[in-house]
Amino acid sequence: MLGLEKKDFRLLLIVIGLTMLAPFILNPFPEGSEMAQFNAGYPDLMQRFVIFGIFAIGFNILFGLTGYLSFGHAAFLGAGSYAAVWMFKLLSMNVLPAIALSVLIAGLFSLIIGYVSLRRSGIYFSILTLAFAQMSFALAYSVLTPITGGETGLQLALDDPRIFGASQTATGNIPVPALFGLEMRASYEFSIGNWLFTFNAGYYLAAIFLIGSFYLAIRIFRSPFGMMLRAIKSNQTRMSYTGLNARPYTLAAFVISGMYAGLAGGLMASMDPLAGAERMQWTASGEVVLMTILGGAGTLIGPVLGAGMIKYFENIFSKINDTILHGWFAFLPDGLENFVVAIIHPFIGKGWHLTLGLVFMLVVIFLPGGLVQGGQKIAAMFQRKKPEDAKSKATEPAE
Amino acid sequence: MSNSKFSRRGVLKTGMVASAGLALPQYLRADSHAGFTNAPGDSEVILGFNVPQTGPYADEGADELRAYELAVEHLNGGGDGGMLGTFSSKALDGTGILGREVKYVTGDTQTKSDAARASARSMIEKDGAVMITGGSSSGVAVAVQALCQEAGVIFMAGLTHSNDTTGKDKRANGFRHFFNSYMSGAALAPVLAANYGTNRKAYHLTADYNWGYTTEEAVKSSTEAMGWETVNAVKTPLTQTDFSSYIAPVLNSGADVLVLNHYGGNMVNSLTNAVQFGLREAQANGQNFEIVVPLYSRLMAKGAGANVKGIFGSTNWHWSLQDAGSQAFVRSFGTKYGFPPSQAAHTTYVQTLLYADAVTRAGSFNPCAVVEALEDFEFDGLGNGPTLYRGADHQCFKDVLVVKGKENPENEFDLLEIVEVTPVDQVTYAPDHPQFAGGALGTCNPGA
Repeated sequence: MLGLEKKDFRLLLIVIGLTMLAPFILNPFPEGSEMAQFNAGYPDLMQRFVIFGIFAIGFNILFGLTGYLSFGHAAFLGAGSYAAVWMFKLLSMNVLPAIALSVLIAGLFSLIIGYVSLRRSGIYFSILTLAFAQMSFALAYSVLTPITGGETGLQLALDDPRIFGASQTATGNIPVPALFGLEMRASYEFSIGNWLFTFNAGYYLAAIFLIGSFYLAIRIFRSPFGMMLRAIKSNQTRMSYTGLNARPYTLAAFVISGMYAGLAGGLMASMDPLAGAERMQWTASGEVVLMTILGGAGTLIGPVLGAGMIKYFENIFSKINDTILHGWFAFLPDGLENFVVAIIHPFIGKGWHLTLGLVFMLVVIFLPGGLVQGGQKIAAMFQRKKPEDAKSKATEPAE
Repeated sequence: MSNSKFSRRGVLKTGMVASAGLALPQYLRADSHAGFTNAPGDSEVILGFNVPQTGPYADEGADELRAYELAVEHLNGGGDGGMLGTFSSKALDGTGILGREVKYVTGDTQTKSDAARASARSMIEKDGAVMITGGSSSGVAVAVQALCQEAGVIFMAGLTHSNDTTGKDKRANGFRHFFNSYMSGAALAPVLAANYGTNRKAYHLTADYNWGYTTEEAVKSSTEAMGWETVNAVKTPLTQTDFSSYIAPVLNSGADVLVLNHYGGNMVNSLTNAVQFGLREAQANGQNFEIVVPLYSRLMAKGAGANVKGIFGSTNWHWSLQDAGSQAFVRSFGTKYGFPPSQAAHTTYVQTLLYADAVTRAGSFNPCAVVEALEDFEFDGLGNGPTLYRGADHQCFKDVLVVKGKENPENEFDLLEIVEVTPVDQVTYAPDHPQFAGGALGTCNPGA
């Protein structure tokens, strides 16, 4: 179907199912219960899951296939966001032109940076991309303040000269990004018993883009072009000896993944029309590397899982505070309660980085193939007969 | 392996479904609430405390959170009531807000606009917070303020000193109790003139971001108005930790005053470097060389240690103030945590009380009613003397403290001494002052 092999098509269906039913899957606990703390089915986080999923899928096309570790991918995400916000300011509040321009700008930007950086490989390439990204961050943070808004970020104002559409709503507020009148923040809430599920317009738009991106990524992975990229990863020297010039391929992969990042940036700005310079900082670039490795570099679904995991930790664990802990362990005797809370305290709230770091270490040590490998191991336990089936899903170096 | 089967019928069918899907959302709107976003239930109301728990301002964030917890305790009738007893408005009676128990959720801004907005959005969308407050950076304050305007909740800014928060980036749903760059400049200038004379040449080192710019501009224009001359203004990267290369040229520049428009760790490092270079003992133009730090905080003074001795700066509030409100607050904070509160803690505590009071006086949590109750509200007893929440830009106008590093501190908290309390008239400006121009308040947004 759709030019995919049966197995890949099944994977695509799984992704479609997961994204479309996410409001149910992410809200397993009823409102008001103690466990509701762990619900992730609210629009902002769901949007972040899919947007960073797109970002990581794109990054994986470069890193997973060619092995070129870019440490500056956040620059393209940032460039995309700025482009989108400028579209909102100048053209219209419709998200489609904004997203289109952000992909385009990120593509151009990555073409320039890629053209220079790809003259080197390995660690030198990583450092070059890191340097460019930090340069973009520094420019956006201070020198280019008129264009980027500097530290406060670029945001909409009441007097934006919008060509299509009014600069203010009738009530004197800034209009919100919309898709032909459908506001990105519009949500439909649906409740069964104590369960509350939120269906958000912006989320579904982003989810559709995710499915499209995922489909495109499968096609790239399975294409001759994808094969060429894998060949670069396994032995670039041998490739050049056979008379093939690898650079156009790597540059194409770099630009494609830059455009994915731009798409993610454009979507981020569409969901929340503000672009901040921090989006370009090296920590943001590092985050996407973590997402890809955590999920499983070179696998199709891995980066999406990794992105979801990191965003979940960032948004859910960072919000658990001591008061909530005391609520959970109130059934214990006083001394024991305080002891348990004191033990858990470093891992929640501001300690979410620590928890994430531990998880990352465990994954890297025990599951070098990322969460996908974990899934395969579990699957293999249940169906011992065909272990080679599970193996074929993992990335293999094309030696 | 390509076997795509696009039939004419299939394409038509998909098109029909897609257009139906696009038309459907017109019916899906979340307007089912009681006229405004996150209307609280009958038993409890949720406030969102969004503070930096990690990153460069984590110390301030931790202190803000302590103050919030204290404020919630007092609003719910716990503890000794703190400033509830000294507050000029007597609407609050310790039974929560409008009879609802105050609950809160916390989040980490990481001092990044994006993270702060994500955290605030999750408070609004997931936890149903009806008011967001906190932050320790102007960039974050401006970003979260814009978000709250969009979402239709009230934003009570925490520590944010840039002119832009209530200047070019002001919003109808946002309020700031903290003072700003302009006020620092206006309060400092006369004290500097009195101590250092009017014939001075200043050299500015400015943190290269929004807050740095507005502070530099404010200090420059107020000191130049008294006759000072600005020799040079150099921008330093925010991430700089060693300022030697920026300090070295200062002595030979012909300047005799160094103004450090730095905050937090930046200021600690640049001041330490300046002292190491011997600027304090140096002579220039026949006068003693002096250093000025426009925005001071106790936490910074602690970081810089003995280097702050005798250096002038301004601050929003200090725990050694002797009025009843400040004393009540210091007492209840000290009893609970064992040390005096910082100015960040004070402003966030006061903001929470002001919000609760406004809701009670308005008789509604509706953001538009709260805005109306806060605009042009005059109050006293919250530590800064008589204060006005100006309606034109949602900025508080109150006395500003000029402080200086204490020569002989008695303990680790006793680092600053109050030199002068600059009266409010001297720091008041017109809403359309050039340093605040551009941008509009807009109208309040109650959300869905």
